[in-house]
Amino acid sequence: MDVWFFLIQALNGVQYGLLLFLVASGLTLIFGIMGIINLAHGSFYMLGAYTAYWLALKTGSLLAALVLSLPIAALVGFGIETLLVRALYKRDHLDQVLLTYGLILVFNEAQKLIWGSDVHAVAMPAVLNWSFPLTDNLSYPIYRLVISAVCAVVALGMWWVIAKTRFGMWVRAGASNREMVQALGINVKLLFGLVFAIGAALAGLAGAIAAPVSSVYPGMGDSVLILCFVVVVIGGVGSVKGAFLGAILIGLADTFGRVLVPDFASFSVYAVMAAVLLWKPKGLFA
Amino acid sequence: MIVAKGIHTFYGNSHILHGVDFSVAKGETVALMGRNGMGKSTLLKSILGLVSPKQGSVTIAGTDMTGAQTHAIMRKGIAYVPEGRGIFPNLNVRENLVMAARPGIGGRRDWTYERVLDTFPRLAERLDNMGNHLSGGEQQMLSIGRALMTNPDLLILDEATEGLAPLIRREIWHTIRTIKDSGIASIIVDKNVHVLLGLAERHVILVKGRIVYDGGPQALKDDPEILKRHIGL
Repeated sequence: MDVWFFLIQALNGVQYGLLLFLVASGLTLIFGIMGIINLAHGSFYMLGAYTAYWLALKTGSLLAALVLSLPIAALVGFGIETLLVRALYKRDHLDQVLLTYGLILVFNEAQKLIWGSDVHAVAMPAVLNWSFPLTDNLSYPIYRLVISAVCAVVALGMWWVIAKTRFGMWVRAGASNREMVQALGINVKLLFGLVFAIGAALAGLAGAIAAPVSSVYPGMGDSVLILCFVVVVIGGVGSVKGAFLGAILIGLADTFGRVLVPDFASFSVYAVMAAVLLWKPKGLFA
Repeated sequence: MIVAKGIHTFYGNSHILHGVDFSVAKGETVALMGRNGMGKSTLLKSILGLVSPKQGSVTIAGTDMTGAQTHAIMRKGIAYVPEGRGIFPNLNVRENLVMAARPGIGGRRDWTYERVLDTFPRLAERLDNMGNHLSGGEQQMLSIGRALMTNPDLLILDEATEGLAPLIRREIWHTIRTIKDSGIASIIVDKNVHVLLGLAERHVILVKGRIVYDGGPQALKDDPEILKRHIGL
């Protein structure tokens, strides 16, 4: 176990963490701002992965597939918010959980009907299908670095939108006093629909960009959803900054857990969660 | 500017407004008076679509806005300074102002960020403070300043001087007078009846969800019995 091995695992952990952040940031925003627990958020991840797989087959270009799968996930998210979720803002969390759990079943069944139950590989674009040599016999796949870079840029862009733009101010204001935002002439229903759509698009982007690494398979959104809830709880519900740190932490814990203590791999993530919650019961940035 | 007719509003089973007719003309300053719980805030919220009246119609700037969404009603040139001020605690002073900015009806941009800060120099000193780190007076100035950022034709002030120190209260009244003189209509709800008598052109008194007086200040000054009976002064 040398320094190179450690470095590679650290890069993998950070890459996985950044990917989780794309999904978890939408989850935490939708909960923090709209008060909606969206169990179907993992389904947007799956949707992104499958549309990328399908579009890559049709167009022959992964880049085109990535770009096209974004608006598809956003539109599906916007439609679900407008037609279904909107009716449940004033209901309690149990009703929301029932609806969005039902949506998971619908999404999973629809996926099987459209694309079948097989695992599909997604071809990596040839330009990115090489590895960066580290030592004589170790190298690092460039595509994983690209994933990290894209996720980091999106995370930075998200920070900028939330912290610096008027749209971000409305979103933050809506989280604290919805009625007052409306009273200033801002269409809060549309605003929340857009936030939901953006959350769905981010999850879809994560699924799409990860598809060449993880392949696409039925139920792939479910495990991501559970990890993302862990991330949101660690970070403090509603905090994007918290979700970022939580995601990196969980990405590293999951990756190192798998290689260092393979027998307890699935346990490592929850050990980190338990430790954080013992230290800060409401999460890092609650 | 606003014509509301036959407004009936309920909270659950309790009947709060019993067929209220209420109007504000362009540029007019109207004092909405009455004891606590008589339906003043409910009337304002019913007009703004923040609560839904069971019956009645609301026309704003000539357009029927009955049952319209709050944001659409507000975009007809109305700004609202609610009871409790409604400052966003997680936004700083600058953001509380900037997020509200928009041109008024017909594209007027009389009120800019700079002009609001000139009007409330105290806010200019606290631009980076979060909304919940301001004193009550500063929050009130911020709430009024934020309302002005929308370049309104009508400003609604619900208990704008409540709980403020006398000096700050005077400053707020001075600002309200300046706003009035600039031609902006206003609806003012306030406990300070004597200031209102000197400021508003029309006074409307609500008792148990019904209008018992609608007229100028002179009749109220001439016959103090009216105020004594309905407001307890």
